[in-house]
Amino acid sequence: MNPILAGLKRCLLAAAMALGAVCSHAAPVTVTDDRGVTVNLPAPPQRIVSLLPSLTETVCELGSCASVVATDRYSNHPASVRTLPKTGGLDDANVEMIVALRPDVVLLAISSRVTDRLEALGLKVVALEPKTYEDVRRVASKVAQLLGAGAAGERLWQRMEAQVSHAARQVPAQARGLRVYYEVDSAPYAAGESSFIGHTLARLGLVNIVPAQLGPFPKLNPEYIVRADPQVIMVSARHGGTLPGRPGWSGIRAVKDKRICAFTAEEGNVLSRPGPRMGEAAEIMARCLKGIVPSGGAR
Amino acid sequence: MRWWAWAGGLVVLSLLLCGVGLSVGSTGWSPPWQAQGDPLAWQIAWDIRAPRCVGAWLAGALLALSGGIAQGLFRNPLADPYLLGSSSGAALGVALFLVLVGVSPVATGILVRMGLTGAAFVGAVLAVLLTLVLSKGVQHTLRLLLAGVVVGVVLGALTALTMLLEPDIMRAMQAFMLGTTGFLGWDSVMILWPMLLVSLLVAWGCSRALDALSLGDAAAISLGVRLGLVRVLLVGALALSTGTAVAQAGLISFVGLVAPHLVRSRVQSTQGPRLVLSALAGGILLLAADILARWVWAPLELPVGLLTAVLGGGYLLWRMHRMGVTS
Repeated sequence: MNPILAGLKRCLLAAAMALGAVCSHAAPVTVTDDRGVTVNLPAPPQRIVSLLPSLTETVCELGSCASVVATDRYSNHPASVRTLPKTGGLDDANVEMIVALRPDVVLLAISSRVTDRLEALGLKVVALEPKTYEDVRRVASKVAQLLGAGAAGERLWQRMEAQVSHAARQVPAQARGLRVYYEVDSAPYAAGESSFIGHTLARLGLVNIVPAQLGPFPKLNPEYIVRADPQVIMVSARHGGTLPGRPGWSGIRAVKDKRICAFTAEEGNVLSRPGPRMGEAAEIMARCLKGIVPSGGAR
Repeated sequence: MRWWAWAGGLVVLSLLLCGVGLSVGSTGWSPPWQAQGDPLAWQIAWDIRAPRCVGAWLAGALLALSGGIAQGLFRNPLADPYLLGSSSGAALGVALFLVLVGVSPVATGILVRMGLTGAAFVGAVLAVLLTLVLSKGVQHTLRLLLAGVVVGVVLGALTALTMLLEPDIMRAMQAFMLGTTGFLGWDSVMILWPMLLVSLLVAWGCSRALDALSLGDAAAISLGVRLGLVRVLLVGALALSTGTAVAQAGLISFVGLVAPHLVRSRVQSTQGPRLVLSALAGGILLLAADILARWVWAPLELPVGLLTAVLGGGYLLWRMHRMGVTS
């Protein structure tokens, strides 16, 4: 029995080692990005430059934050990326600095202007553009694929989904079905039903006054909002105080009842990024709804 | 045709357009008198559409008047109200305001009371003062022009830098830079009309001097024009009226440049009537643009500044083309 057991043990050990080898020196990775370009890497990237906050957050959320060597100016979450070198913004990315960092891969948005320049200089570029919930799911699994983390992307998505559902359960019953106007900026630009913010609002049981056919972030006639008479208004703290002063707005039910969610700049970052923190965004909205619509009170 | 006949025609056209403006809103064509008994429709017509029409007209009139003053004062047909740096000053004021309100909750109280309009007005007036300091007064027209251009470029760069560092304000800045008539209320109107009245009086009072000035500085002085005083008065009116209009309605382009040209291409007259007609034409231009802006894609809105450029510029190009064919 002994030799057999020993042989079995050796076999198991060898198998475990082989499995470990597969995991650490993973096979080459292949990812087709949102431009339709297929990017091949000999191994999961050890040095990553991310030029979009939501992509930075996705990489970190998938456990590869240590591989990120630099980000764009606006990536500020999680806290550990704040100390990394900053390579500029959307339109002024510092090409020289990015090349000097010798990244294995650069993650950026499709609209970024440096893509061609970086590729011409021999860097691997993966362009991803998260805009909707579905995009976020796809981007999570693509990034996971790139990191050699396989199903982690889908798990991240499931976690986020659960968080949104949990937030939805926190919304007081009296708040369900209320008409909401979410102001992205004071022109006024709204978040419509078809935007990712609109999707979150719908999940929380609110009714958006801006239907999907007007587009994700339409510039509205202010009269439209007065006519729609929303019962809840979500707005940045920057513009929250100006609402009653706008012509005709003092009669809007949300303004009269002071059912206004004014989000700080920090919360605004979470709310405005289609990425792994959409669950947190839903929780922020739910918390505000709990505050302005006392449960059990009159509707 | 006499100039006052033109003026009467333009006033009638303004009133007609105002009637149209009252009837166009987020639901397209919906005149308030068809919705008898619906308090919301009346509230919208009275609180939103009416001040918006009057406000857009007044802002357009102010911009066109200052454009006319600038073109007369600098004897340059390319002069516009933003020549002395007021537009870039206003933009920088708005950008800094948005950043400060966003980041510091302590300052928010005071700042919000001052508001976006206050910030734009202060920025515009400070920029003109800076131009005046750099040009050491109003004595030398060329130096004044050059200082205005430099101030405009430098402040514009600072605005761009602010937007780069704080990308959250970009959308709001874009709205301001393309002009917005959406939030003009009765309080805006109450600020705009006295300023238009004062500017018109100043312009009318100085119009004889502007006529003389069109012959050159030396000729004007020999005709007894107190050049220094006239320049101070006109630059003051220019700065204040532009600052007021920009503060209320954003950086609406082209009205100030094109309205005086439209008048000049149609009416032969001295500076006084020409300035009055310019103001009327500018009001009509911006009001028409505002109506189209909310009508074309209702309930969505186009930036009104784009439409002023298309309407005014299109008409002027057509006139130039016609003049080229006939002559």
